[in-house]
Amino acid sequence: MEKYYAESHEWVMAVDENTVVVGISDYAQHALGDIVFLSNAEVGDTVIFGERFGDVESVKAVSEILSPVDGKVVEVNQDLEDTPELLNAKPLETWIIKVDGKIDPSKLMTEEVYLALDKGH
Amino acid sequence: MEKITPLFNWHKNNNGNIVEFGGYLMPLHYSSGILHEHHVVRTKVGLFDVSHMGEFHFSGKDALTNLQYLISNDFSDLEIDKTRYGILVRKDGTAVDDLLVYRMAEEEYLVVVNAANIDKDEAYIKEHLFGDVKFQNISEDCGQIAIQGPLSQELLKRLTPINDMPYYTFKGNVTIAGKNVLVSRTGYTGEDGYEIYTAAADTEFLWNLFLETGKDLGVEPCGLGCRDTLRLEAAMPLYGHELNDETTPLEAGLSMFVKLNKEKFIAQEALSEKPLKRRIGLQLIDRGIAREHCDVYFNGEKVGIVSSGTKSPTLNQSIAMAFVPAELFKETQFEIDVRGKLLKAEKVKLPFYKR
Repeated sequence: MEKYYAESHEWVMAVDENTVVVGISDYAQHALGDIVFLSNAEVGDTVIFGERFGDVESVKAVSEILSPVDGKVVEVNQDLEDTPELLNAKPLETWIIKVDGKIDPSKLMTEEVYLALDKGH
Repeated sequence: MEKITPLFNWHKNNNGNIVEFGGYLMPLHYSSGILHEHHVVRTKVGLFDVSHMGEFHFSGKDALTNLQYLISNDFSDLEIDKTRYGILVRKDGTAVDDLLVYRMAEEEYLVVVNAANIDKDEAYIKEHLFGDVKFQNISEDCGQIAIQGPLSQELLKRLTPINDMPYYTFKGNVTIAGKNVLVSRTGYTGEDGYEIYTAAADTEFLWNLFLETGKDLGVEPCGLGCRDTLRLEAAMPLYGHELNDETTPLEAGLSMFVKLNKEKFIAQEALSEKPLKRRIGLQLIDRGIAREHCDVYFNGEKVGIVSSGTKSPTLNQSIAMAFVPAELFKETQFEIDVRGKLLKAEKVKLPFYKR
């Protein structure tokens, strides 16, 4: 499935008709450096487009993760509790939350557009 | 305008992630990242550019009396070729800076200070100098490279005989590949190591020589990012965090470097009093990372503040140094406000890590 990107460097991808997964971009993990802690949402939390649902922490900095979708959290990636460094190693394969919700392409960028923008960073 | 060290171009050309620190443009880390560099220093050997540090030269009949007057430690029995740590203090006991004093000769001392404080220290010292003493700020002429880690001795002895150097001693006028250096067995990582002082012009040559010589030992350049996590694990104070213009060495837990039995000492009276706050070490029990400026709570009441905190790469634990009222020094259970959440923290002995 195709990934869509938010300006704040999160990606969202549909896994079925009503479910999406959310992660952070390669640019984001690279800018953060070594990720050592993830403060994640909980199952049942409501997430709103553009609003913070968690924090990702590197050795030196804390960065908010904003939701690229509206919906309800149905699952969180438990692996990230002990191995948040997966977000550095495989940012595009590592989802953070699974959300009952639908992608709104009008508010997001396609991968092609995002990567073109990324080159400008 | 930020200053640069003699190694600035090297850092830039070798993927150094450049940030401003203490008025200097310095590498935070290189391409392998802070965690990797941290482990390199704990397990092998890392090189740090610390040329941003300031160097002052004191000489004359009254050089010692001046140091005794302004710096918290007692240097009267400091032998030639030995080094001692101290805190430059004001009359009210607050810290202007923390520093190392090297006794170079009978009436000659080298004093090494923090980059961010060079101008402040110089002004403060000049304001208070008395008697027969000559003071010179030689910071711009000096380069400095720290070689830190368990294999640092192995690296350095390939270049110069240094087998008989105990911790906190140094040798001046050592020749490495034709360059004149001062080799000091000191460091800021809690690991074995050396600090090499040299002429600014020779710094890049020596840096490359150390990298080449230690290649098979796994030597790597390391940035300020891991210098901070390393010194935090070793609970070494960083000026601007555990020490500042409002904090005394007693509050910072540095009483072993405060000697009041001196003839003339500017803060004798102020530092005779018991401190009102104390530095403690905390380890988080709840999940999260406490960082500088986080509030510390005791029994639901805000009582203090975190001065430095991180997730320790060596211990894989969230650790923090914090200041609390002296009467709570013996308590063991605290809480830390991490972005609105109160996380449980337990007092632990400092340092967090000991080699």
